[in-house]
This record gives sequence, structure tokens and C-alpha cells, in this order.
Amino acid sequence: MRTIIFRTIAPYLSALMVLFSIFVLLRGHNEPGGGFIGGLIAASALAIFGIACGVASVRRAIVFHPMGVSGFGLFLAAVAGIPSIFKAQAFMTSQWLELHVFGVEIALSTPLFFDIGVYLVVVGAIGSIALALEEREAD
Amino acid sequence: MTPALIDDTTLYAVLAPFAAAVVAPFLTRWFKHNAAWLLAIVPALIFLHFTGFVEPVSKGESFVAAKAWAPSYGVNFSVYVDGLSTLFALLISGIGTFIILYAGGYLKGHPQQGRFFSFLLMFMGSMLGLVLGNNLISLFIFWELTSITSFLLIGFDHLRAASRRAALQALVVTGGGGLALLAGFILIISATGEIEMSVLLASPDIIKDTTLYVPIFFLVLGGAFTKSAQFPFHFWLPNAMEAPTPVSAYLHSATMVKAGVYLLMRMHPLLGGTELWTTVLPLFGGITLLVGTILAVRQTDLKLMLAYTTVASLGLLVMLTGTSQEKALEGAVLYLLAHSLFKGALFMVAGTIDHEAGTRDITKLGGLRSAMPITFAAACLAALSMAGLPPFIGFIAKEVLYYGTWGWLELGLPITITAVIGNALMLVIAAAVAIKPFLGPKVETPKHAHEGPVLLFAGPVFLSVTGLGLALIAHTTGELFIGPTLSSLLGKTTQIELHLLPTSINAPLLLSLVTIGLGIALFTQIDRLRGLIGSVLTTIGWGPDKGFDQFVAGIVGLSWRITRLLQSGKMQTYMMLTFIFTGAAVLLPGFLTDSLPAMPKMPDYRFYEWGILLIAFFGLIAVLVANTRLTAIVSLGIQGFAVALIFMMFGAPDLSFTQFMVETLSVVILALVMTRLNLSPSDHRHGLAAIVTGIVAIGVGLGLTLTLLAITQQPFDSRLSDFFAQFSRSIAHGRNIVNVIIVDFRGFDTLGEIAVVVLAGLCVLALIRVRTKPEKPIEKPKTVAPPTPAQTGEAH
Repeated sequence: MRTIIFRTIAPYLSALMVLFSIFVLLRGHNEPGGGFIGGLIAASALAIFGIACGVASVRRAIVFHPMGVSGFGLFLAAVAGIPSIFKAQAFMTSQWLELHVFGVEIALSTPLFFDIGVYLVVVGAIGSIALALEEREAD
Repeated sequence: MTPALIDDTTLYAVLAPFAAAVVAPFLTRWFKHNAAWLLAIVPALIFLHFTGFVEPVSKGESFVAAKAWAPSYGVNFSVYVDGLSTLFALLISGIGTFIILYAGGYLKGHPQQGRFFSFLLMFMGSMLGLVLGNNLISLFIFWELTSITSFLLIGFDHLRAASRRAALQALVVTGGGGLALLAGFILIISATGEIEMSVLLASPDIIKDTTLYVPIFFLVLGGAFTKSAQFPFHFWLPNAMEAPTPVSAYLHSATMVKAGVYLLMRMHPLLGGTELWTTVLPLFGGITLLVGTILAVRQTDLKLMLAYTTVASLGLLVMLTGTSQEKALEGAVLYLLAHSLFKGALFMVAGTIDHEAGTRDITKLGGLRSAMPITFAAACLAALSMAGLPPFIGFIAKEVLYYGTWGWLELGLPITITAVIGNALMLVIAAAVAIKPFLGPKVETPKHAHEGPVLLFAGPVFLSVTGLGLALIAHTTGELFIGPTLSSLLGKTTQIELHLLPTSINAPLLLSLVTIGLGIALFTQIDRLRGLIGSVLTTIGWGPDKGFDQFVAGIVGLSWRITRLLQSGKMQTYMMLTFIFTGAAVLLPGFLTDSLPAMPKMPDYRFYEWGILLIAFFGLIAVLVANTRLTAIVSLGIQGFAVALIFMMFGAPDLSFTQFMVETLSVVILALVMTRLNLSPSDHRHGLAAIVTGIVAIGVGLGLTLTLLAITQQPFDSRLSDFFAQFSRSIAHGRNIVNVIIVDFRGFDTLGEIAVVVLAGLCVLALIRVRTKPEKPIEKPKTVAPPTPAQTGEAH
């Protein structure tokens, strides 16, 4: 597996895949995509990077333990449901905030944060399984 | 009379002890044991609050207050204040005040004293919530909270095995009864449609008229009998004496164990008076009374003697409640009040003796009267009340209850005889507890005994003096406390006349004389009696306490056998069983009900659609003929990609996208798993194994196909898709309906799903990290070894 071509290409490929996964995540509300698919793409990126350059370098690159990322995602998704409570609406009722920055309209919403949570959960969980399997000696 | 609505102060009074429980550990850190003085203010204020109800309640008024809790289920946090609940609330907060003080002295310097205060206050709040509870569900919740706090308090000294066992036993018994009670309450709610006690009490026959009366009766009884330690569930109460003495005095004599009696009294207008009631309750109450007193005589440990008489007193209360006779019920209420006062005081006396002299075995105590004069005085006052001698409240209670049972035509005689024997034995114990440690020659004790601090004697003195005082103002006591409580039991306003001394020589007075005579006669023979009972029990050699251990061991053994049956530990077996059952579940209903879907007609596909189907088909063939496992896994991926293409062509880009990713990742992960497992590269199964696996696989596949066909042949209900299509843009600001459904319309589902993903990830990670170890047979779990009788204090 560790051919020189693969090893050279893999970091760039992974970076592109992660970038693409974020693009897919953010466009999800209006075009095909979303947190789940984005998460799967990013997890594949981690797996490829791991196969090519070793698990240790992946772990260095993502700083946090993948399961920690996953747990934070779940936390973020749950927290995204809370703001509606302060407006006396049911838990998880979506809230929208339209921001105008330099003439560009940015729609911030609780479903967006929820979707980011889903993304992180999937990257973390699948990524940590893949990495753990790639490691010959479990850490 | 309909209850009047009052403000929320009473609701906060119930919650106040919980708030105090939160600050108790901090106060104890700053003020050490003197925090007791501050913490006792809380129950004292609650007591004052409830004294305000005494006067209006005695005039026949009642009050309710409520806050919505889970309104969609009709669950409210609500209180109902009438005679019965006022009496209980006063006892809980009044005795509670002194228990907090006593705990300050008793556990002085204990490193976990703050935690102890905290548990004690939590219990107090739970108990208040229970006796004031109007909503059946919130009443049940407080009922369970008392079981849980009792568990924490019994197991307070958690480093000793005996304490842990006693705590667990109490929790299992009372918790089990709690479940029965919940079932009973749910039946009441479904049979009557009412959830508030005050509403139910307004129409007393509402439950008796339903067909569910008998199951409701037995389920409620299950809760009450376990909580109030009625035979044959009495064994947990003496074991609970493992708890520090303030707990024994408060929970296991004065308040918590009376919760069952409270419930029976509260439900008396609703469930009482029937033939079932007047048969079952007196029977079990009577047995409990006799068993309790007989076992009490046998003990030499002060606390255990008192514990068994508590069991007996609870039996007496249940027996009297079971008669449904007005006068006997009056006796029950009086006895309830008297018992809480004298038993609380005596327990604290026993604790003080233990604390100051270092032992509570009456054979090792004697002559403490000069060393501990105040404690001795309190013990005497309380014991005289317990023995039922004038001029104490215990005497009045005994007179009234004899009057009630004697006058009952149907079962009066056996009940009265039981009561006389029980009371005589109670007098024996009272004398033994009050006289033996204090009078006679001085005996050397492990510690040099002297009077305890004010924190220790304040409680016993106050409670025993109250027992005397309430008797001296008998007329007022009857008017303010006993009458209103009796009204709650009878469901109608009742006036009563109480007298300190009997007005004429009548049957109850003669019965009292018989009781006293019999008691004194038995007391002189106490050692012989103890030996006799001891030898009888040794001959029987089995009791419910041992039965409990056998029951627990039986359950553990059974679950072990079932686990071994279902969990063989072989992956292949698990997979096989899972697929066989899945196949059966999807196939059988169609065949059995003869509702197989019609064969679809040959579809009119275009050539490239056929092409994709062919790719999928070849992928599957490749799986079957593959030489190595790795090839099979990759081939399975071909089929998956083909399916993803089909999704794409029929307008589901999101689904298709996801399918691609899932297929890719599962091939990668399966391949990685292959490298880690020590599997041979190819599948060696041949012959029978291959045929069986093939049949199962074809069965599951066929079943799923038929299910899918059946589903697609149903007329399509477009309500949901129309709704999503219509509102996706306007409500959720999104054009991608699939994503909008996932993150918005059904976001709560997704939240659950991603929680599952996180958990699955953790589990897989844990499994990967398990190192392969040499195979070892799974050991049968050791059942908890029952402690020796010495540890549990020879409990029966």
C-alpha cells in the first residue's frame, strides 16, 4: 500500500477531501449534502491519510482524540436544541439569524450547528474505528 | 367539603429540606457538628408552618395547592392538607428537628457528618412530600425517594458488609413493594380517571364500585405491607438497625415505616370497610404484632429489642386500621402519635447509652442512673408511655383501642386477645429497656459512662415530655389532633371526647389491668422466656431473612443459567441465530396469514438500467465464487455501488451519495478487520455448513424482497411527503428536503441516532483494544455470601 506515489499524493488528497466534506456539509441545507455525508467523506480522508502515512501522523494532525471530537459533536447537536427553550418554544425548534457582513448575507441557524454536530460525530466515530484498526499495536 | 386552594408556601415547605440538604455539607465543613443548630431551623420553621393549619383543620377544613409538573400526563406536584396529613407533617418536622440536633451530637467529629445531614434532610423532604402528596404519581415518586434515602442512610457505614447487605435488603423489599404500589395507582387512575387524592376522597365509593377493586386492594397492600414491615416482610426492619441511631430513631420507628400505615389510613375511605379489608388487615397485623413482640423479648441488644417492638407496633396499627371500627381507628391514631413520641425517644436513649457507655447489650449494662440522670429520666417517661401506664398518652391510646376492639362484634374477641398479649409483651420490653441499663448494681462498661451533651439529651427529653404533656391536656389533644385525623380516616367530620382517666370502671380498664398484670408476670420471667423463644427459633431454623438470601441466590443462579444459554460467546452462533430469527420474522407472517404480495409484472426498463442490474448481479456471483475472503468483500462493494447508481437514477442524490460513502468505508473497514483477525484468507466451509448458511441467506433475502414488494404494493400515502414539500422552504428555510427532515423536522430522532453512533464507536474501540487472551471458561458469578448471624444481629 505504501507506494511512493500514494504516499506523496495522500496528504493532498486528504486535504482536498476534508475541504470537500466541509463544502458538502455547508451546502447541505439547500443542495444534496449534509452533516452525515460530509462526515463520511472526512472519515474516509482520515482513513486514507492513515493508510498512507501512518496513524501517528493522523493523530498529530487532528490534535484531539477522534472519540473526543465525536463526543463534542453530540454535545454541540444537543446544545443546538436549547436556544428555542428561551423563546418558550419546544426543544429543538429551529432559530434563524440573518447576518449581513460586507454585503453578503449569511444565514446562521441552529440546524446548521446541529448539522455540524452530526458531522463531527460521524467523523469522530468512524475515524476512530478506522484508525484503531489501522494501528497494528493498539494504543 | 371541597378543599380550599392555598398559596404555594406549603409546596416550598416540602422542597425546603432538599435545599437545606444541598448546603448541609458546606455548613458542616465550616461549623463542624454545630451546623446541627443551623440546620434544625429548617424543620422547626416547617413545623411552625404546619401548626398554622391545626386550628382550621380541626374545624373540618382542608386545603390543596398545586404546581403543574408534567401536565400532559396529568402529573402535578400538589399537596393536600387535612387532619391526617397535618398530624404526619407535624410529627415529621417536629421529631425531625430533634433528630437533626441529635445527629449533631451523635456523629460529632465523623468525617462524613455533612453527608449524613444531607441524606437526613433529603429524607425529611421526601417524607413530607409523601404524606402531603395529593397527586398519585407525585406521591409515588416521594414514596420511592424515601426508600432511596433510607437505602443511603442504612448503608451510611458502607465499609461494613452487614450495613451494605441491610441497605440492599431494605431497598429490594420496599422498592419491590413500591412497584406494586405504582401498579395499584395506575389501576386506580385508569379505573376512575382521577389522579388527585382529594378528588378521589370526595366520592368514597369510586374505587369500591369498579371491577378492579380486588387487584387495586392487593397492589396497594403490597406497597403498604413492605414499607411498614408487616409479616412476612418484617425482616428488613431489624436489619436496618445497622444504620446510625439517629436514622433508626427517625426513619425506622417514628416516620418512614409509618408510611405504609399512613397509606392505609389515607386510603381507608376509598378501600376500607369491605369484607376483604376487615379480614386481611387484622389477620396480617395481628400476626405481625405477635411475631414482633415475641422476637423482641428474645433480643439483648437495645436497638434490636426496640426494632422488633416497632414491627409489633406497626402490626397493631395495621390490625386496628383493618377493623374499620370508629373507636378502634381512634385508638390507632392515638397509638400512632404515642408510638412516634415514645419510640423516637427510646431509640435516642439507646443511642446515647451506646455512645456514652460503648455497648448497648443489656446484659452488659447496669447502674447507669447516677451517671446519666437526665437520660434515665427521659427513658422512664418514654417507657411508661410505651408500657401504657397513666398518665401518659400511651395509656389513653390503649384504653381507646381496647374499647374499639372489645366493641367489635364480628372479630372483637380474637383481636382483643391479640392486642392484650402484644401490649403485655410491649410492657416487658419497655421495662427491660428503661430499667435494666439504669438500675441495679453498676456494671463495668467499655467506656466510662457519663451524661451526654445537650445535643444528645434534648431530643429524648422533649419527646417524652411531650408524650406526658399531650396526655395531661387530653381534651385539647383530642380536639386538635386526634379528631381531625379520625375525620380523614372516616371521610366525614367527627368530634371526639378524650379523657386522661377513665370515667367509669369498664371493660377496657379491666383489660388494661390484665395487660399490666400479665406484663409484670412475664417480666419477672424474662430470662426463662428468652431462652424458651431462642430454642424454639433454633428448632425452626429458617426465617424470612434466610429466605431473602435464598431468593436472591436463586435469582442470580437463574439469570446466570439464562445468560449461558443465550450467550454462547461464539460470533458464528450469534450471527446465525440473528439471521434465522430475522428471516422467520419477515417470512412467516406472509405465509401464515396468506397475505403474500402479488408477483409484479415485468418492468419496462431501459438498456442502461438493465446494465446496472447486471453489474449488481455479477457482483453477487463474484462474492459466491470468490477464492479469498478479501475478494468477496470487494465484490460485495460492487453490488453496493450498483445500488447507489440506482438511487441516483431515480432521483435520490443524497441517498446515493451516502450509499457510495458507506459502501466504500465498509469495504475499507472490513478489509482492515480482516488484517487484524487471525482468519485464514479463504472460507473453508463445505458441505452441510455451506448448505445451511445458504438456506438461511436465501430465506432472509426472500423475506426482505417479499416485504419490500408488499410495502410498494400498498397505496402510497402522500400526506407526509406533501407536508415536507410544502413547508421545507417556508418553515425550515431549506430546499434539500432530506437534509431538512434530518436536521429540523425530525431532529430529535437524529439526536438519538448520533448518540447511538457515538456509543457504537466507543464499543468498537473497546472491542478492538481487547487483547487476545488464552481462552478461559466464564466463571459462575459468586453469589453474595450471606453474613453470619453475628453480623446481622441474629435477625429473623
